[in-house]
Amino acid sequence: MIDYEYKKPKSLDEVFTLMKAYGSASRVIAGGTDLMVTMRRARKSPGVLISLRGLEDLKYIRKDDAYHVGALATHRMLECSSLVRDELTALQEGAAKVGSVQIRNVATVGGNICNAAPSADTAGPLLALDAIVVLRGPEGERHIPLAEFFKGPGKTVRQRDEVLIELEIPLEMGGYGSSYWKHSRREAMNLPLVGIAAALHLTAEGLIDDARIALTVAAPTPVRALKAEEFLKGKTPERDVLVEAGKIASSPECCSPRDSLRCDAWYREEIIRVYVARMLALAVERAGNGGSST
Amino acid sequence: MNTISVSFMLNGEPVVAEAPETWTLLKVLREYFELTGAKEGCGVGECGACTVIVDGEAVNACLYPFPEVEGKTVLTVEGLAGRESLHPLQTAFLEHNGVQCGFCTSGMIMSAKALLDKVKKPSEEEIRKAIAGNICRCTGYVQIVESIKAAAEALDD
Repeated sequence: MIDYEYKKPKSLDEVFTLMKAYGSASRVIAGGTDLMVTMRRARKSPGVLISLRGLEDLKYIRKDDAYHVGALATHRMLECSSLVRDELTALQEGAAKVGSVQIRNVATVGGNICNAAPSADTAGPLLALDAIVVLRGPEGERHIPLAEFFKGPGKTVRQRDEVLIELEIPLEMGGYGSSYWKHSRREAMNLPLVGIAAALHLTAEGLIDDARIALTVAAPTPVRALKAEEFLKGKTPERDVLVEAGKIASSPECCSPRDSLRCDAWYREEIIRVYVARMLALAVERAGNGGSST
Repeated sequence: MNTISVSFMLNGEPVVAEAPETWTLLKVLREYFELTGAKEGCGVGECGACTVIVDGEAVNACLYPFPEVEGKTVLTVEGLAGRESLHPLQTAFLEHNGVQCGFCTSGMIMSAKALLDKVKKPSEEEIRKAIAGNICRCTGYVQIVESIKAAAEALDD
């Protein structure tokens, strides 16, 4: 029988007090759609679950000096937000592809990032959109680029006494065109075999002045395809250029997909090669429309 | 294991449940309230047989920690019908053969209810997306989608 104590703190200060009191015997739970399953499968649990669900003020999506997504914003909120759809399109597409309506209604973006699965569907879009992770601990706040946040499957730089409170996306990303492709066998309730996110910005003359490509299930952590991004800078977004970027992104210079039960490494490389070019083309189209998805 | 006392609205009535804090909402519904409409299929949020509506949104009751239901409003399939008549969704499922073995039916109906509460005339694609987290192992999806379409029309009249 799985046994634990379930704590429902009402404030972050209370969360920190509980984390300090129970230390490694405790775990933070938000939506619980991963943790409840892990506990059931492993037939063991931490002694104490500290729920963040009472922290309603971490449940927001807003835009001011930057885009701010609170840790407790659900995938459904991201999916249904017209702000996210119009200005951070890849993130809307990533969130909308997670699980099912029932899962998206409770699963939080903070949880998706902190779980640090190589396949996390919001990780690719957030990497491509240059998100910054805001961590808060008893000592204060740390802002860490998402690209430096993941350390391995299930591992991040978050310390035991810290809570991810927000993902911040620079305001200029709203002017980028972005897109996300989840390659999976079926539409719902499935992890990606590979995930590909692209974001790019065009100059007034139509040249690519900045490009971001993020890949999931392509390495032990979600990764940026930096060499392919470099290659794109200053070029005209023609088909040959985007195809070449796909080749670079799928090469060992940018990723290291592995054979797994779900599919082989060579297949993942192929999909990355083909879909990086397609997602870039879609991002170009959207960038040409001032970043909007329509 | 601590037993806790949790107050919430269940099918329109204020209730208090006393159960272990490690229970899920599904276990409380089935074993404390003896409302067995919501089923445990997979127990890990894959099949949707346990779908209920919490504060207007469809959720997997099997993944929902019981302590989190404090102060919330829960609707289960048992709360749909009136004293004398079935809910239009239930009638539509009967008339359009949306039920085969019946195990997925409660969850399908609750997912459909959550959709129709927000979207009056959903497209077929919207219906299919709304029930993408509900598995029917008899595979009678076409009839289920037809049932939901018919219910949407009945509710709109």
